[in-house]
Amino acid sequence: MAHGPATLADGWGKYISRWVFTTNHKDIGTLYLWFSFAMFIMGGAFAMIIRAELFQPGMQLIKPEFFNQMTTMHGLVMVFGAIMPAFVGLANWLIPMMIGAPDMALPRMNNLSFWILPFAFAILTSTLFMEGGGPNFGWTFYAPLSTTYAPDTVNYFIFGVHIMGASSIMGSINIIATVMNMRAPGMTYMKMPLFVWTWVITAFLLVAVMPVLAGAVTMMLMDINFGTSFFDAAGGGDPVLFQHVFWFFGHPEVYIIILPAFGVVSQIIPTFSRKPLFGYSSMVYATAAIAFLSFVVWAHHMFTVGMPIAGELYFMYATMLIAVPTGVKVFNWITTMYRGSLTFETPMLFSIAFVILFTFGGFTGMMLSIAAADMQYHDTYFVVAHFHYVMVAGAVFSGTAAVYYWLPKWCGKMYNETMGKVQFWIAFIGFNITFMPQHFLGLAGMPRRYADYGLQFADWNMVSSIGAFMYGGAQILFLFNVIRTIGWGKPTDDPQVWEGAEGLEWTLPTPAPYHTFATPPEVK
Amino acid sequence: MLKRAQALFLSLLSPAIALAMAGGVSAESATRQLNMPQGVTEVSQAAYDIHMIMMWICTVIGIAVFGFMFYVMYAHRKSRGAVAANFHEHHVVELIWTIVPALILIVMAIPATSALLKVYDTENADIDIKVTGYQWKWQYEYIGEGVKFMSELRTSQDEIYGRAPKGEHYLREVTQPLVIPTGKKVRFLITGNDVIHSWWVPDFGVKRDAVPGLFTAAWAKTDVPGTYVGECTELCGIGHAFMPVVVEVKEEAEYNEWLAGKKEEAAIYKSTIGKEWSFDELMVRGEEVYERSCAACHQSDGNGIPGVFPALKDSPIALGAKEGHIAVLIDGVAGTSMQSFADQLSEVDIAAVVHYERNAWGNDVGDITQPVDVLNYKQGQ
Ligand code: HEM
Ligand SMILES: [Cu+2]
Repeated sequence: MAHGPATLADGWGKYISRWVFTTNHKDIGTLYLWFSFAMFIMGGAFAMIIRAELFQPGMQLIKPEFFNQMTTMHGLVMVFGAIMPAFVGLANWLIPMMIGAPDMALPRMNNLSFWILPFAFAILTSTLFMEGGGPNFGWTFYAPLSTTYAPDTVNYFIFGVHIMGASSIMGSINIIATVMNMRAPGMTYMKMPLFVWTWVITAFLLVAVMPVLAGAVTMMLMDINFGTSFFDAAGGGDPVLFQHVFWFFGHPEVYIIILPAFGVVSQIIPTFSRKPLFGYSSMVYATAAIAFLSFVVWAHHMFTVGMPIAGELYFMYATMLIAVPTGVKVFNWITTMYRGSLTFETPMLFSIAFVILFTFGGFTGMMLSIAAADMQYHDTYFVVAHFHYVMVAGAVFSGTAAVYYWLPKWCGKMYNETMGKVQFWIAFIGFNITFMPQHFLGLAGMPRRYADYGLQFADWNMVSSIGAFMYGGAQILFLFNVIRTIGWGKPTDDPQVWEGAEGLEWTLPTPAPYHTFATPPEVK
Repeated sequence: MLKRAQALFLSLLSPAIALAMAGGVSAESATRQLNMPQGVTEVSQAAYDIHMIMMWICTVIGIAVFGFMFYVMYAHRKSRGAVAANFHEHHVVELIWTIVPALILIVMAIPATSALLKVYDTENADIDIKVTGYQWKWQYEYIGEGVKFMSELRTSQDEIYGRAPKGEHYLREVTQPLVIPTGKKVRFLITGNDVIHSWWVPDFGVKRDAVPGLFTAAWAKTDVPGTYVGECTELCGIGHAFMPVVVEVKEEAEYNEWLAGKKEEAAIYKSTIGKEWSFDELMVRGEEVYERSCAACHQSDGNGIPGVFPALKDSPIALGAKEGHIAVLIDGVAGTSMQSFADQLSEVDIAAVVHYERNAWGNDVGDITQPVDVLNYKQGQ
């Protein structure tokens, strides 16, 4: 029964149809990961355009209209195109191998959920070349800027979002079905690796909130084309309704982005500490608590919209509560390292940076949750700094750590450690040079999504741009290192790869064969 | 540029940073401001205080947590011969680090709540001012005084596009600032005309979204005269970065004088509306108005942005009948970002800009549009 996958040696036709028609979780995981990296580069290019324009005050390179398209596309592509698919790719590769399953539960749907994604982004990106330009209303696309006042191409944007949503929902159902039904005998829920746990919880979040996003864009579609007035005050609608609907999706969305990242570092830190994860069950409960809380705090993004004070107080208190389970996680990671036997390979470096910088982003999150202070922070660069600390140093760093950590298992070759470390330091320093000054800019009064700014903001903007180019450069090194590893890396066949690695995936041969766990392992 | 980089490097080393961090603004180096301003109202002070409390709490926790982490990274390295222990739970510790943060939160919630109560204390105002966000300017209306005006960016397109040197107040200067008196509680009733904007004056601690169809209230009371600059903080289209807020706080007597002057201006304007303007006078004024209110979309050269904002050069409306052209400005075009300017521009300005559009960039209709034409159209409605 064991047939190998088609390779280039079988000819281009066979090779291409292998990838197009594949139902193999590893192939699909690979597709997701490469797609997400391509989107990461594209979204990164948009960011470079933004930072180049903001290098100096004045409009130098682009016009405000295009600037707004760049900020919007950067946000959309990074969130929906780079980060989310990256973690779905990891889930595809790893969940079956971690729970001892031969594949995902719904392999054909798996194929579909990947292959509609490139179309979604082709549709979205194509608007940049159309008359009227791409979406220019921010990744949060507040109505009526995104309805009555939007370019006609907004319809393509809406269609694209629908497709992405469908893809995410299918991916999530698949993960839930796999974990519920395909665990190896003995793999009880409370024995599952934390990455699996965080992904199951994320999948439930996705299934719950993607339809809400779909609802929001559908209401937009109706307002734009069919004469309804959901968000149009002139017709009796309410622009604030849009924000409630959006953030009811949007806040869980930010946890959709970070929970799998929590999972990744919870795998990596124990390995390089050579010590089991501290507080496994409290990690699971904390993840669940965060997921639950994420449904009931959405209007902390709307403190300045003029809610009644009772609403403000409720959303403030509820948001502050998130710090408790988040703190538990951070303490657990650090205690895992405590009295371990630490080494600092590239995945560990990225994971430690994750813990430090994510915690820093959590601190600014705490500050933002204080409504009276948020009236000063809101929609300034302080918020931009906050969410890049949690999303870039959080999600992206952990994604990078994951690739370095599991790459040897996937392809049977070792990456170049020195290059990995060099990349880490450039990324770490570049990241902080980019985003640390943005705290100062925001506090001193620079609003976000500004194409141009007053002279007193010039210095820190220049610093921030320099850091951004540095951080961008580190990604080129990353790409190079990964390609070099796959093509010319030092072969290894050590199943465990890392001295301290634990878990079913490390019992498989290296590189992992095309089909694994055809007979389920026995978990004690 | 090299110079700036150099100055920056010095500033990085300079203790001024520490000072600025601790004390907020130091007047002479606004460029080095790193922290939230304390501002000049009770609300801004409250926001600053709670911000500092939070920052210190986070700093202390951060030092403790990261300090421990760095110690672990140093002491428990394999290269120093560390051997891994094998524990993986400790219920008491886990309980402590769940409960202690929760307690800290409860303590933080107290000042956070009282600060918010201050923000919402909008009752018993002495003066009410309606603030309306337009794409891309602010309108201020002194309720009950009959005074109403637009406040627009004064920085020229040439400065923005680098064709002229940037002035000291680049992007932070307006045609007419909002003026309020010291010692009076001023309530701002904030709304939006087209899309959502957000009206922010950091030194007042006031940031409130300007949402179409909704009024929200904020307030300020200060004893410190001066000029306070803020911004629009909700993405509102291409002019988002170009609609600053400038508020002048004057002593009460000076304020009253100013208000009286404004009322007089309005009266004088009414009486001169019938004046005949010459072709060239209208062109000059029209160009000014165009650059301020129209060029952001339709562009200085009248070519618009294809697919988004139509060109006016050679456009059938600009070349067609005068009435039709005026109608577009007065009524707007429903369902597009071409809004009604009836409320935003005076009759004279509308006449001038219509005239300009009909006779600039090779559009040479050659007719003259007078303010009375605009008035007649308005009255005919
Ligand atoms: C301790 C945990 C956190 C707290 C208390 C917190 C709190 C907040 C608050 C109050 C805001 C609104 C700020 C404003 O717009 O004025 C905000 C914005 C944001 N947060 Fe967090 N946050 C936390 C963690 C995270 C995490 C883990 C992520 C994602 C990985 C995240 C992503 C974001 C994003 C994307 C925004 C800005 C959205 C936008 O307006 O574009 N936050 N956060
Ligand atoms: Cu949130």
